[in-house]
Amino acid sequence: MYKEKTFLGNLFHKNGRAIGSMGYFTILMLVFLIGAPEAWMRPNLHQSVFVMLPTLIFLVIPLVFLVASGEIDLSFASTYAVAAYIFAIMVKAGIDPTLAILAGILTGAVIGAIVGALIVIFRLSSLVASLGMLFLLRGIILLLTESRSITIMEIDTHWTYSVLVGNFYGFPMQIFWAAIFVIYCYYLFSKHVFGIHIHHVGDNSVSAEQMGINVKAVKIKAFMFVGIGAAIGGIFTTLITYTFFPTQGFGYLLLALAAVFVGGTPYWGGLGTIVGAVFGVGIIAYMEIGIIAIGWSGTWRQFFNGLIILLALLGHRLHGERVR
Amino acid sequence: MEKIIELKNVTKRFGGITALNKASLHVEQGEVVGLIGDNGAGKSTLIKTLVGVYGPDEGEIIINGKKVINWNALKARESGIETVFQDRALCPQQSIVWNIFMGKELKYPFGFVREKEQINEANRLIREIGFTSKLIDAESPVGNLSGGERQGVAIARAIYNNAELIILDEPTNALSLNETQKVFDFVRNVKKSNRSVLFIGHNIYHVYDISDRFVILDRGEVVHQIDKKDIATPEELMKIMKQTVEVN
Repeated sequence: MYKEKTFLGNLFHKNGRAIGSMGYFTILMLVFLIGAPEAWMRPNLHQSVFVMLPTLIFLVIPLVFLVASGEIDLSFASTYAVAAYIFAIMVKAGIDPTLAILAGILTGAVIGAIVGALIVIFRLSSLVASLGMLFLLRGIILLLTESRSITIMEIDTHWTYSVLVGNFYGFPMQIFWAAIFVIYCYYLFSKHVFGIHIHHVGDNSVSAEQMGINVKAVKIKAFMFVGIGAAIGGIFTTLITYTFFPTQGFGYLLLALAAVFVGGTPYWGGLGTIVGAVFGVGIIAYMEIGIIAIGWSGTWRQFFNGLIILLALLGHRLHGERVR
Repeated sequence: MEKIIELKNVTKRFGGITALNKASLHVEQGEVVGLIGDNGAGKSTLIKTLVGVYGPDEGEIIINGKKVINWNALKARESGIETVFQDRALCPQQSIVWNIFMGKELKYPFGFVREKEQINEANRLIREIGFTSKLIDAESPVGNLSGGERQGVAIARAIYNNAELIILDEPTNALSLNETQKVFDFVRNVKKSNRSVLFIGHNIYHVYDISDRFVILDRGEVVHQIDKKDIATPEELMKIMKQTVEVN
C-alpha cells in the first residue's frame, strides 16, 4: 500500500537486533571452524552443546520478556534449584513424576509472583530485591538438603523421562521441547496481548497506565514467567542427570543474563528479540564448550566469554540509542 | 448545532482556593473551541473537570442534553471525551499501530492479536487525519516521527477510542512552524469528521488560527466567549483578552 521500502530493507529494519546476533553467532562458528576444523566436525561436540543449550533457552527466553518490561531478575538461578528440589523430593516420595513436574513448575510461578510482588507492589529495586531472593532461596535449599544431592534413578523407566529428555535418532528430546518453547514464545512476545503490553510497559509505563493497561499485573506476570522458565530448566537438568544437586543453576546466573544482552535485547526496556536471544544462547553455549574443543585450556574460557559479550554489545550499539 | 457537552455554573474549590468560579462552557458537534487564559487562570482545573478527574463542587455537567450525576473519569470516557497530552502519551519504540491500539487491541480468542485488521485500520486512521508521507505507515516506529506527527498519532488513537470531543492540551508548544501547521491539519480533519476539539494554548496566534470560537478564562471565571466571525484579527482577540482581564 504505502510501502516503497524493499523487502530486505524492511526485514533488516524490523529485525536488526536478531540479525546482528545471528551474525555474531556465525562469526564465532567460523572462528572455531577455522581454528579447530577436526574438533568442530565431530558430532559429539555438538551433542554436548545440545544437552546444555535447551536448559539455557528455558531460562533466557522468559528473561527477554522481563527485561523488555523494564525489570531485571537474578533470583531465577535459585528458583531453578527450588523447583528442581520440589520435583526431586516428590519423585523420591513415590509421587507420579507428571504431578511432580507440575508441582515444580507451580513452585517456579509462585516464587516469581513473590519476587514480582516485592518489586512491583512494595517497590523494591528489582536488582537488589532479586539479589536478596537469589541468596535467600539458595540458603533455604542448602538448609533443607543439608547440602546433599538427591538421585532419582527410578525416573529412568517412567514415560516422562523418554518423552522429555530421551533420545530421538541421536538427538536429545529436550532440543524439540526447547524449539516448541521458542516458537510459542515468539508468538507470545510479538503477536499476543501479553507480549505487546510488555513492550508498552517497558517503553512508557505512564502512557500504558493511562491507556488502561494494568502495569503492575503485566510486570508480575513477567516475573512469574521467568520463574516458570527457571523451573522448567531446573527440572530438565535434574532429569538429564538423574540428580538434584543443591548448587545447581548457580553457574547459569551470569551466563543466562549475558545471553539475553548478547542476543540483542537492550537493557532499557520496551524492546527485545526472541530470535536474537536464541542466537545469544548459541553463542554462550558454544563459547563454553568451543574453547576446550579447539584445544585451549579452560582458563581461557572466562576471558573469551567477556570478550564476546563486550564485542556483541558494541555491535548492538549500531542499532542506535534509545528513542524517546 | 447540538451541544455535546455543557458545563453550567461549575465551581471547584481546593481548600480555601476557588479554582473555578461558576464557569459555564459548552462545545458543539464539529466545532473547534479555543480555550485561552494565563497561567493560574484555571485551565487545567477546567480540563480535569471535563475529563472527570475532578467532580464539580457546584454546578451541572450536561452530556448530549442530559444532566449527569457523579461525574467521573469513566463516565467522561464513555461520553467520548479524550485528552491528548503534549508528551508522555506514546510509546516511542513501538509502531504506530501498536500505539493506536494500546490497551484496546483487537483480539482472537486466547489473546492473540488480529494483526492484519489492526494494521489496515491504523493505516486508514492515519490517512483520515492527514498523514500524507509515503514513508510513514502503520508499522513505522513512533520514535521516527516528528513532534507534530506524534500528536497526530495520539489524535488518531483518540478517534479509534470513539472520541466525540478531543481535548488538546497545548499541542503546539515547542513545535516549529511547519510542525504546528501539521497539527492544525490534523485538527481540521477531526473537525471534518464532525468531531469536536477543545484546543488549549498559550499562543494566541495558534489558537486564533484554528478555533471557531474562543473562551477566555481568568482567575477561575469564564470572562468572555466570542465567535471567530465577530473578530477580524488575532490582535483584536488579544485586545479583548487584555481588557476583560483588566476589568476583572
